[in-house]
Amino acid sequence: MSSNVLVVLETKGAGWHRMSFEALAAAQKLSNELGMSCSAVVLGEGAAIAPLAAELATKKLNGVWAVGDSLLAEYTADGWVAALQQLIVETKPKFVVLPHTYQVRDFAPALATRMGEVLIGDVTAIEVADAQSGPFFVRQWMQGKLNAEYRHRSEGGVCFLSVQAGSFRADAVAPGSAEVKTFAPKLDAAKIRTKPGEPFREAAQTVDLSTAAVIVSVGRGIGEQDNLKLVEDLASALGAELAASRPICDAGWLPMERQVGSSGQTVAPKLYLAVGISGAIQHLVGMKGAKTVVAINKDADAPIFEVADIGVVGDLFEVVPAITKAIRG
Amino acid sequence: MKIVVAVKQVPERDAVVRVAADGRSVDESDLAWTMNEPDAYALEEALQLKERAGDGEVVVLCAGPERVQSTLREALAKGADRAVHVVTPEDGDNALMCRDTLDVARLLADAVKGESPDLVLTGLQSDDLGAGQTGVVMAELLGVPHATLVLHVELAGAGIKVKRELEDGWMQHVEMPLPALLTIQSGGNRLRYATLMGIKKARQKEMREAPAAAAAKRVDEVLKVSPPTRVKQTEMLTGSADEIAAKLVEKLRFEVKVL
Ligand SMILES: Cc1cc2nc3c(=O)[nH]c(=O)nc-3n(C[C@H](O)[C@H](O)[C@H](O)COP(=O)(O)OP(=O)(O)OC[C@H]3O[C@@H](n4cnc5c(N)ncnc54)[C@H](O)[C@@H]3O)c2cc1C
Ligand SMILES: Nc1ncnc2c1ncn2[C@@H]1O[C@H](COP(=O)(O)O)[C@@H](O)[C@H]1O
Repeated sequence: MSSNVLVVLETKGAGWHRMSFEALAAAQKLSNELGMSCSAVVLGEGAAIAPLAAELATKKLNGVWAVGDSLLAEYTADGWVAALQQLIVETKPKFVVLPHTYQVRDFAPALATRMGEVLIGDVTAIEVADAQSGPFFVRQWMQGKLNAEYRHRSEGGVCFLSVQAGSFRADAVAPGSAEVKTFAPKLDAAKIRTKPGEPFREAAQTVDLSTAAVIVSVGRGIGEQDNLKLVEDLASALGAELAASRPICDAGWLPMERQVGSSGQTVAPKLYLAVGISGAIQHLVGMKGAKTVVAINKDADAPIFEVADIGVVGDLFEVVPAITKAIRG
Repeated sequence: MKIVVAVKQVPERDAVVRVAADGRSVDESDLAWTMNEPDAYALEEALQLKERAGDGEVVVLCAGPERVQSTLREALAKGADRAVHVVTPEDGDNALMCRDTLDVARLLADAVKGESPDLVLTGLQSDDLGAGQTGVVMAELLGVPHATLVLHVELAGAGIKVKRELEDGWMQHVEMPLPALLTIQSGGNRLRYATLMGIKKARQKEMREAPAAAAAKRVDEVLKVSPPTRVKQTEMLTGSADEIAAKLVEKLRFEVKVL
């Protein structure tokens, strides 16, 4: 079962990581447009992944690899790199597609390096102009201010790419049927150098932003902690919860539990008013579900305007107090 | 404990970025530069580790053209003991921008080898290229274990125990032997400012220049760089601050219906 596109899916608990099927959709698109076959792989402890592999067998794939070993019961970079390298050497894919998760960030660059390759990471689009020149992959530079088109060029080598959250639609995955095969990697416990502990949560959260109807969210544009009063006033005039981008919480200006984004809370309010936030992807993934997005930013090219329904290009120190005053009448 | 911290110099966050004439890189002529943010946290963690241990050495490392020395100086002013500058040419095939991640990681890993540190810290991601890989690639090249998205490091027996960030607000401890490489996430500490005294002392500290090896053939290639085309129809409100405010409040009342 040699396939030209191999997609690596990620598990979470007894089920899937939500981005796995986005990666699968990207891999199906790539293999379709290149006229290549496509296989999926899931790694873990044998019995634990069997039902997941069976589920993959109902997708449009040329095969499903269940890579099982007791040393894969919990994730380690060393275990994942060794097992996947062996599968790749054995099955010789031309493209390896992964979801750009924290786990993938942790092992995929090492896997690519071990094979003399470079991961093209956090890809937002895959374009196949013609099968001859091969596909190119779009990824962001300067936190979303620019798009860069990348092509893989090591002849005969494997092209590794990871896809950004939300760039491919999980519901686009085509159904079908595929055969499940097991692959037993040769792993050595002594070569797994890190010892992972159980995941835990720090303090219990006391603010639940996920149910808030109106959110005023503040970013680094606010400049100083003392200026927060401006957005607090706006939030109170609107009856809104106050939220923030990561740098505001990193600096300790607002508690961590008010952070929105990939490492904070995911929100879906009726109104999300972003003040002085640039719109990096890690922030956007946390608030894209908002019904209406209003952005206030002095930079007309800020990526936040890509998701804003209503935009104000201007200085927040003038605009925000004016809005508060207008609401209060 | 000897710690090497890789710090990258990146454009200021509010910089207006333009595509260079070649259509494949960023026009650097009018840019102001700064230390990549997570790298500042990596430096802070290294300085605190040294302070807690009571002895040790913190060496900062950067690959890039002449200009990056200002960022290395800033790190020295904050308390790093020494700096190593892997000098790449301003432009041409051997410039930093023309190298792929593997090649940049190789430059840095080679410099690290000469230092044989106990611990190597990098930022988790650069604000300009955003590859999020250089640290992990270096770990593989150096043959040492690694952990990513690390917020806090403590010594544990002969090795270390780190706290790393998982998705959705979860955390995890990971233990590993030394030497090791960690990529640091922002927010684990409060950043210190350079004091006047620190700035003065930094002038006396060693800044070693090391030549960069010639660039290897790229594995990947940048074909084109362009500003993203906007797909969303954003309704822009214009006028004076008061006019904008009046228009917005009207919308919030009658269209969004939150007032
Ligand atoms: C693994 C990982 C996880 C991350 N998780 C998160 C996360 O959960 N949440 C998150 O938010 N980020 C997260 N980040 C960080 C993210 O990449 C960005 O760095 C961050 O979101 C930027 O915050 P910001 O927009 O407030 O700051 P900046 O990017 O500095 O933007 C500030 C904005 O303010 C504008 N501005 C400045 N002055 C004014 C003024 N006077 N008036 C109006 N506008 C002004 C500027 O034009 C600019 O657009 C994560 C990064 C990584 C690598
Ligand atoms: N030219 C460089 N000089 C020093 N450190 C670098 C350089 N490039 C990348 N790094 C380090 O690698 C990290 C990740 O960068 P990147 O892989 O580009 O996202 C950065 O946060 C730095 O710590």
